[in-house]
Amino acid sequence: MTTTEPPPTERPAVARRPKTRPGDRIFSRSAQVAGILILVILAGVAAFLVREALPTFTADPSEIDGGKGFFSYVWPLVFGTLAAAVIALIVATPLALGIALFISHYAPRRLAQGLGYIVDLLAAIPSVVFGLWGIQWLAPQVQPAWGWLADNLGFIPLFSGPASATGRTMMTAGLVLAVMILPIITAVSREVFLQTPTLHEEAALALGATRWEMIRMAVIPFGRPGIISGIMLGLGRALGETMAVAMVLSTGGFTWSMVTAGNNTIAAEIALDFPESSGLKTNTLIAAGLVLFAITLAVNMFARWIVSRRSEFSGAN
Amino acid sequence: MSVATKPAPPAGASSLAQNQLPRYTTQLVLVLSIAAGAGLSALFGGFSIVSFAVLSVLAFLVVNTVLSGVVEGRRKAKDKLVTGLVYTAFGIALVPLVSVIWSVVDNGMARFSIDFLTTSMRNVTGLNDQQALEGTAPFIGGAYHAILGTFLITGLATVISVPIGLLTSVYLVEYGRGRLAKAITFFVDVMTGIPSIVAGLFAAALFAVLFGVGTRNGFAGAVALSVLMIPVVVRSSEEMLRIVPNELREAAYALGVPKWRTIVRVVIPTAISGIASGVTLAIARVVGETAPLIVTAGFTSSINNNPFSDWMMSLPAYVYSQAMRPLSGSSPQPSFDRAWAAALTLILIVMLLNLVARLIARLFAPKTGR
Repeated sequence: MTTTEPPPTERPAVARRPKTRPGDRIFSRSAQVAGILILVILAGVAAFLVREALPTFTADPSEIDGGKGFFSYVWPLVFGTLAAAVIALIVATPLALGIALFISHYAPRRLAQGLGYIVDLLAAIPSVVFGLWGIQWLAPQVQPAWGWLADNLGFIPLFSGPASATGRTMMTAGLVLAVMILPIITAVSREVFLQTPTLHEEAALALGATRWEMIRMAVIPFGRPGIISGIMLGLGRALGETMAVAMVLSTGGFTWSMVTAGNNTIAAEIALDFPESSGLKTNTLIAAGLVLFAITLAVNMFARWIVSRRSEFSGAN
Repeated sequence: MSVATKPAPPAGASSLAQNQLPRYTTQLVLVLSIAAGAGLSALFGGFSIVSFAVLSVLAFLVVNTVLSGVVEGRRKAKDKLVTGLVYTAFGIALVPLVSVIWSVVDNGMARFSIDFLTTSMRNVTGLNDQQALEGTAPFIGGAYHAILGTFLITGLATVISVPIGLLTSVYLVEYGRGRLAKAITFFVDVMTGIPSIVAGLFAAALFAVLFGVGTRNGFAGAVALSVLMIPVVVRSSEEMLRIVPNELREAAYALGVPKWRTIVRVVIPTAISGIASGVTLAIARVVGETAPLIVTAGFTSSINNNPFSDWMMSLPAYVYSQAMRPLSGSSPQPSFDRAWAAALTLILIVMLLNLVARLIARLFAPKTGR
């Protein structure tokens, strides 16, 4: 680091206080205030959500939606949120890793960057457009597949029929979410794959490894924490994503089946019900939002923790 | 090694080239599998693009791997299989991208016109849609009020977020030492992960406490969007300020320039292209946010110029309401057409912003002189 202070050995016996100019003071204060303002905003988010959510917990359980208290109201929503996110992850992770490898190690050098932009384009499309696409284009296209699953694998509770005739099911919502989190996982894993020390790769190749063996021995072990954090960030996005589910899913009560109408996620429930809600229902929805906030916060923290652990111990620096 | 026991290679062939398929094998197998895929697809219950693509890819993966496994050995076969899978993964990823863009352009062009961009939905009812579908009346109703709302709300959000975000990043890079800076960095990370609907709930709860329950206006939407936008602005400007070379700061200090003037006249101008493009990308990100706006700004079919009072429509909310609640239940197509046209408008705005960000980054990049 370079500093503006002279080294201590040259400091004169009587240290002179540096002159502080009013401009400096004002500027540094305002920068500091802006930083503190962010903390205040975040504290405000937490405080207002808790304040508005509290009546839910003090109210009589029979007054809550469903009549059995907040927790029996919220757990099907938590289940739906997790189910949609898990479906999205199962679909998106292998694809995203394949794409990231393609861009970092398989595509011709000259094309690679352009292809990266193409995948990033997916991230730029607004979620409401994905929702519109999901309900009007994707749902009719994939409906036969869910029908097939219900007919042939119906003995598994997840695929028990009869399949929805519109295709507006949890599986479809999960697919739309998968498309939306694909660019995030791809971008993070691509970055770590590109950071693999070239010497490791060349050493593997020089020992006679094929390209896949080189990737398995040099690239994947180096990039594993990055891959995990990319998946976690994708999970965080999938959990909090609202519009795709709110538009695509034909919502309803809890059901194990992923190929019929039913289930709902926290975010979609809020988006669908909040505009027309009043009284205790508003408080209930805000409490549900708080639960969602807590879940995504935990997931994101975990992702960041992995990244920070990696930056300390990685061989790259 | 078993080199000694192997029969000598035939004259003229290098021993290194043994057990290798000729280079053109992969291309040949690809062409053959595409042909086979087309044939098989036509055989099994009629030709369709999906079955054709799936069968071709499967045929290619199997034939290529087995052929390589028989001739070249297990390791090379595995390598070829993975290569094939990686290319397939990329191909699959292109499907949603192409299909989203294609369906938006294809369906959106039906109603995308100057008329659509300059009229609102005021006094447009399901009856008009029915008549338009029957051909007895012209198609009416546009998205002007929503476009206006989007610009006002996003503009306000930018006005709130950019000063806070930029000053915070200046604090983190130039002044921040110790626990406050660490706390800010940490909580900016936390803020990045706030789900957009929770940001919307926050603004709704804040305005409910300040101005009474059920308060919905454009400004509440702008506050919600700011919560999402500030961390993006902080992150991108912080990165840009950090890569400004320290020599520039030291040169300024050496000339006796005060620190604040160094920051304002040297550091920020050097990084301005990156900061501006980061801000533009942040705008592009929040301009398509739907969930926070439907809980804070509400829906309306009329033009509202004042973001500080009354409900205000935005483009994403317009897409949502037209798609989910068609004006006429029996003939929803005109409403769907409006939703697609609005989606097209939205994508055009987002792409334009992305393009502008790229241009800014390129045009105003500091001259390195080297």
